[in-house]
Amino acid sequence: MVTISLTHYVMLSAILFSIGLFGVLAKKNAVSVLICIELMLNAVNINFIAFSKYITPADFMGQIFAIFVITVAAAEVGVGLAIIIAIYRNNLPVDLDEIDWLKW
Amino acid sequence: METCIYNVIAFYMLAAVILGSAVMIVAVRNIVHSVLFLAACFISMAGIYLLLDAVYLAIIQVLIYAGAVCIMIIFGIMLIRRADMKESNLFNKQTKLAAGVVAMTLAVYGILAGKTAWTDVTSNVPVPADSLDKIGGLLLSQYVIPFEVAALLLTVALIGAIMLAREVKADGDN
Repeated sequence: MVTISLTHYVMLSAILFSIGLFGVLAKKNAVSVLICIELMLNAVNINFIAFSKYITPADFMGQIFAIFVITVAAAEVGVGLAIIIAIYRNNLPVDLDEIDWLKW
Repeated sequence: METCIYNVIAFYMLAAVILGSAVMIVAVRNIVHSVLFLAACFISMAGIYLLLDAVYLAIIQVLIYAGAVCIMIIFGIMLIRRADMKESNLFNKQTKLAAGVVAMTLAVYGILAGKTAWTDVTSNVPVPADSLDKIGGLLLSQYVIPFEVAALLLTVALIGAIMLAREVKADGDN
């Protein structure tokens, strides 16, 4: 009998997290790095909810944690996009290879 | 636990859509298409949450991620780009290094997920059917302090985003 176990969800979330991590490391545009961070946070949410269902189904700890992760992710996208728009307003490039004013 | 064959089919189809659109998010060269695949990825993730009996999470996934976050990113792109979008989502020079790091991370994940004895910790209790009531009660009783802190965080982020993205006057100060 084929069943879906916790391992399936953990592996799905691991692959999704890895794709997001690759995007964060290898993308040039700041907005696409933000998008890939969202992918990573969603992979974490899948893990939280899967653990909530399979390990502690009665007290909903993982689901509540996932709600807070979604809240923080929404705030993060808002502030991140505002920073990118502010950089663009100053006529500076939004390519991450060029944003190195804090480097030295 | 889930003996229904439809759940298995639904899981594999949703997982295929999620992983396929995630690969397309990273691979396409046009960032608007990338956000389109992001929306598809988020909506199929809401399906995964439904499979995991998390109805409330599925609803707010569609509302916040597929609705608000995707639209906000599209607005951000439209505000910062005016030339053509064709080559707006390129790779940088560290692609091979990044692929190596990611392959190592994935290998560690796979080994750890395979070695952990999940059957020892899993409980066979089903998720209660009235999960919405339970989550609402918990958020306003046991987790009320984090709930209020999250509200404060959202307010601060809203004000901070407005301050950062506000139109800068031409003469320089504010």
